[in-house]
Amino acid sequence: MIKRLLTLAAGTLFAAALCGCGGGSDENKLTVLNYGKYLDPKAIELFEEETGIQVEYEEYITPENMYTKYKAGSIDYDLICTSDYMIEKLIGEGETLQIDFDAIPNRSNLDPTYFDFSKSFDPNNQYTMPYFFGTVGILYDKNKVDEADMHSWDCLWNEKYKGQIIMADSVRDSFMAALKYKGYSLNTTDEAQLLEAQEILIQQKPLVYSYLVDEAQDEMIAENAAFALVYSGEAGYAIEMNDNLAYCVPDEGSNMWIDSWFLPKTCKHKENAEKFLDFLCREEIARMNFEYVYYATPNQALVESLEPELQENTTIFPPKEVLDNCEILKSLDETATAKYNELWKEIKSTD
Amino acid sequence: MNKLRRQLLAGPYLVWIIGFILLPVFMILYYALTNSAGDFTLANVLAIAEPIHRKALLLSLQLAFLCTLVCLVLSYPLAMILSTLRKNHQNLIVFIFILPMWMNFMLRILAWKLLLSNNGVINTILGVFGLPSLDILNTPTAVVFCMVYDFLPFMILPIYNAMARIGQDVIEAARDLGAGSVTVFFKIILPLSLSGVISGIIMVFVPALTSFAISDLLGGGKVLLIGNVIEQSFMQEYNWNLGSGLSLVLMVFVLVSMALMGSHDPEGGGAGVW
Repeated sequence: MIKRLLTLAAGTLFAAALCGCGGGSDENKLTVLNYGKYLDPKAIELFEEETGIQVEYEEYITPENMYTKYKAGSIDYDLICTSDYMIEKLIGEGETLQIDFDAIPNRSNLDPTYFDFSKSFDPNNQYTMPYFFGTVGILYDKNKVDEADMHSWDCLWNEKYKGQIIMADSVRDSFMAALKYKGYSLNTTDEAQLLEAQEILIQQKPLVYSYLVDEAQDEMIAENAAFALVYSGEAGYAIEMNDNLAYCVPDEGSNMWIDSWFLPKTCKHKENAEKFLDFLCREEIARMNFEYVYYATPNQALVESLEPELQENTTIFPPKEVLDNCEILKSLDETATAKYNELWKEIKSTD
Repeated sequence: MNKLRRQLLAGPYLVWIIGFILLPVFMILYYALTNSAGDFTLANVLAIAEPIHRKALLLSLQLAFLCTLVCLVLSYPLAMILSTLRKNHQNLIVFIFILPMWMNFMLRILAWKLLLSNNGVINTILGVFGLPSLDILNTPTAVVFCMVYDFLPFMILPIYNAMARIGQDVIEAARDLGAGSVTVFFKIILPLSLSGVISGIIMVFVPALTSFAISDLLGGGKVLLIGNVIEQSFMQEYNWNLGSGLSLVLMVFVLVSMALMGSHDPEGGGAGVW
């Protein structure tokens, strides 16, 4: 009760201080929350011109940041894009609304394969529409490493690269590499397996140059390290900037991720949100966003129209056999999340 | 009537204090002393005793102490030299020290990251001369280094202010009475500049103790300070209760260090430079 009162009091004060940015829900508006640099701003302008709907567009960095922002409740978002495991968590908490796919005729442009992949977190394909997908793997500098080493997660523990390795500063991604190296599932909650993964991650620490998230690609472009654990999208961007770089997914398998759109419970402009989703599925709009982001798009119509060279770019579009070897992250329950976080903090605080 | 009007002028400040200082502090208190279900608990505060948190707190204290010491050693002689210069020279040098503060704090940290990285400017120059490379990025050394760089003006300015206030006549009087340079320093300059030193120490120690941005960017995720632990529990783990509990403990440390310093402040007036 006190919690609610405090939040209310704070909310009122903020609202008073910021002088009514709220406004009624009948306005022709759409509030969108997305990852940073994940949508071409020109596409939003086009949408506004075409429909007269005013788009309020906001960005965040990690799914956990998004969750914090969304749960703080100070803004009613109409449409959010985020990653698989976070959507699974939100669906579990009953925070999502069903999408009316009949209102999205252009959905037929999307390859149904990716709706099948999405079933891992949205079993009936009711709540989500895939936007981009990819893998996690190793971005390496061809001049600094032996390329043969890069096809196994073993390279992360290779003394040869001491002080040249960039790891992911994120619990699930780092554990993913360790668990896959040991041949376990990246969604394991088995304590013995997790402890084993933790042990090798601690062993690895002296070899690590730094633990980074978004800056990893910049460090690789600047040739400050030999290789880094990154998302395929970042790798695509980095390779574009520096020809010495290359990307591969180790043979033991990895993580496949799908970022999708969903309608949160706070959605006040459902029709507008669905119009926007339909707009995003159009081939030419999907192309704008693809060229802006350079991640693998599930838009089949677009993929077929790309130059063959791009279609065959395995950094952007992971081949089928790589995807079959990958797992999608599952949302963990509270105890497992706490366990992962605790083990990770222990790794981070070891000297 | 007049008095009432004058009090009204304090109105905006009062709203500010209540809305952005008192209320958030109460919210932190509330979250710190409850669990996720909203029941009373001390677990979040006691969590500081867990090995990981204790270690992070100790490291923070250690680095903050080191940073304050380095700042003090650098600033005190400088402030002394400064206060003996001609007035317009003084202003110029103080201006030069304040100049970097016009630039965003984050940009300055990022600049150091570029300078210190493996292929950075410093290592390239060292390489040209055939000198061994400097591998301090992503270590506590780099963090302390950047803390000193960022917080140095906060130490120089109060000491310099205190020094500038020491009347030349006081020093001349001491000399007339036969005091040598050493005696003048220990009996006149040091006691009279102490208030500046104390506010300088507080102004450097407190932000150094609570900082997380510097260790985040220059520590490469390998230097875990208590500030980082708190940031992670809010942003990554969505555990506001733990984050608040640890913040509360940190606040106690800040208050204790301020009280300790304040009790030694002869004029109680270091506050003048805040």
